[in-house]
Amino acid sequence: MANEDAVDWDAIIRDPRFVDLHRRKSRFLWGLMALSVGYYFLLPIGAAWCQPLFRLRVWGVINVGLLFALSEFVVAWLIAWVYSRRAGRDFDRLAALIAADHRIKP
Amino acid sequence: MNGQSAHHALTFTIFAAVIAVTMVVTYLAAKRVRSASDFYTAGGGVSGWQNGWAIAGDYLSAASFLGIAGLISLYGYDGFMYSVGWLVAYVAVLLLIAEPCRNIGRYTLSDILCYRNEPRQTRIVGALSTITVSTFYLTAQMVGGGVLVKNLIGINYEVSVIAVGVLMLSYVLIGGMVATTWVQIIKAVLLVCASLLIVMLVWAPYGFSLPAFMADVVADPKVQARVATLLGDPAKSMTAAELGQRFLEPGLYFKAPIDQISLGMALVFGTAGLPHILMRFFTVRTAQQARRSVVWAMIIIGGFYVLTLFLGFGAALHVGSASIAAVDAGGNMAGPLLAQYIGGGPDALFGNFMLAFVSAVAFATIVAVVAGLVLAAASAMAHDLYVGVLRAGQETSSQGQVRAARVATLIVGALSIGIGIAAKGQNVAVLVGLAFAVAASANFPCVLLTLHWKRCNTGGIVAGMLVGTVAAVGLTLVSPNLSYPLAIKAAAHKVLDAEAAKRAAAHTAQDLAAIDKAVAKAHADLAHWGTATTSFMGLERPLVELKNPGIVSIPLGFLAVIIGSLLRRDRRAESMWNEVYARQNTGLLVSKGGSASA
Repeated sequence: MANEDAVDWDAIIRDPRFVDLHRRKSRFLWGLMALSVGYYFLLPIGAAWCQPLFRLRVWGVINVGLLFALSEFVVAWLIAWVYSRRAGRDFDRLAALIAADHRIKP
Repeated sequence: MNGQSAHHALTFTIFAAVIAVTMVVTYLAAKRVRSASDFYTAGGGVSGWQNGWAIAGDYLSAASFLGIAGLISLYGYDGFMYSVGWLVAYVAVLLLIAEPCRNIGRYTLSDILCYRNEPRQTRIVGALSTITVSTFYLTAQMVGGGVLVKNLIGINYEVSVIAVGVLMLSYVLIGGMVATTWVQIIKAVLLVCASLLIVMLVWAPYGFSLPAFMADVVADPKVQARVATLLGDPAKSMTAAELGQRFLEPGLYFKAPIDQISLGMALVFGTAGLPHILMRFFTVRTAQQARRSVVWAMIIIGGFYVLTLFLGFGAALHVGSASIAAVDAGGNMAGPLLAQYIGGGPDALFGNFMLAFVSAVAFATIVAVVAGLVLAAASAMAHDLYVGVLRAGQETSSQGQVRAARVATLIVGALSIGIGIAAKGQNVAVLVGLAFAVAASANFPCVLLTLHWKRCNTGGIVAGMLVGTVAAVGLTLVSPNLSYPLAIKAAAHKVLDAEAAKRAAAHTAQDLAAIDKAVAKAHADLAHWGTATTSFMGLERPLVELKNPGIVSIPLGFLAVIIGSLLRRDRRAESMWNEVYARQNTGLLVSKGGSASA
């Protein structure tokens, strides 16, 4: 059974690798989040205030508005892909290294 | 009549097959439910991709499966634009919520909140908010489900609600989270298969060309007539081609941009605060699996909404908005009717097979979503309120915890059936928006800030939960969503006054039938509202014009957490920060369900 006191949390927080991991992770996460939210709200804003652009036909009867709405899906998927790739290659490895060093074997 | 009974026999056979499969799964699951951890979180034994399918199954409610296809079929572009927010919501879940929640939490939303805060107060507000959000969502699902099952297989409303409730209860009571997870997976797979099949059949004649398909939609006289009806007078100066093209342009459904932005905020931030979705992350073992499950869920949910584009426009083209709205004004029957058309129409065996298949999937959808909601509400009641607050400090045996969970499930299930029957005929669409608004205004700020802000503490959680919930519910109660008798009666009088002139101007039998219908509705409205002058809240007119409270209540919720935290000194919350901070980022000592102590 895991003993909660077996890990020195303060030592992890002070570990320079943890400080570095957290700084890079935060910057990356909040950056992607801002990008996602910003791109999403362009859709209702564009639909309300840029109607001439949204009505522009570009591919047969298909207009900019439809393509823009479809691009929202692509952007959401891309963000998920970019994040999980970066997290899997970088953040997980560092977190595991830090965790291994600070884990006290029972 | 013969065709009708053959049709019902087919429908019942397919329903029975779907129910039988889920029952077998529940029976097998029951053997694996021994501890509280098994009951609430399937013992943490769900894999990433399984959980991804289950999240999709939990999330794609009848509102999104049938509702969005219906909205597209009736309003074109705006319906599709509405669907986008439901997927984008998962970016916040993926980036900010899923992994830290897995590393910090155990069974419920309150487990995350009370990790570094005063357990008693946080558990109470967390549980109340969970029960509030789940009840709003549950009521909408039960009422919507009852109407659907009634329309789909022709049994009466009360029987439909009881059937949904009893089936859901048998899954959750017998098989807990294990059975619920598998029912959700099965339902999601069926839903995706059914939609793919219909879309293939709809799209194949166009050689899978998007412009060719859309060109046919805008050239359709039914679509053009629909746009003309929606636009009213301005449509008179437009050509048929312009009317058709207008179907692919924004503004037919959302009139006020601020409402739409507000609704978008509630969706995008509310999903990350839905207790039944958060709970799904405790069913996997690690943060990596939690991440994988969100990515899977995003692929399935996003792919599904792209398919709804074809379902909606296909229904507008083949079935026609008039026929869709005639069966159900909200457009909920668009998908099933398209399935029937694609299979050869109401007289063909394949047409009826398709209708029955889609109906069975819709039924499974409602039951699976309701099961997830009831489990979330029951866990808040049993794990947070009973075990965590009432019996705080006492040892509750594992059997005792499972028993409490089952009793709570039974209470919530019975209540949901009761509310479903009591709310018959009410407009419950507003409740789904309200559930998301409360989740976004109360749960989301609290979870986000307790995980990511050092100074956040008990004072902030209590203030944020109360202010967020009260603001969202309060603003909705004084919004134009409620029925205002004066406005309804004025509209009815206007219809009656214009009746004679309209009859004189009517050309076709169809026009006359529409006038008859409008007049009948006006008389019914007048009779129904009688001498009433105020809404349920005692107001003659809405105090705010905002239909969804999100844009106001979400910032208020955040503000309340911040101010509440700053006003109160909470040494424990601060001293625990290092642990929370290190734990959520490293996944050390993650609770594996039964083994770790709380």
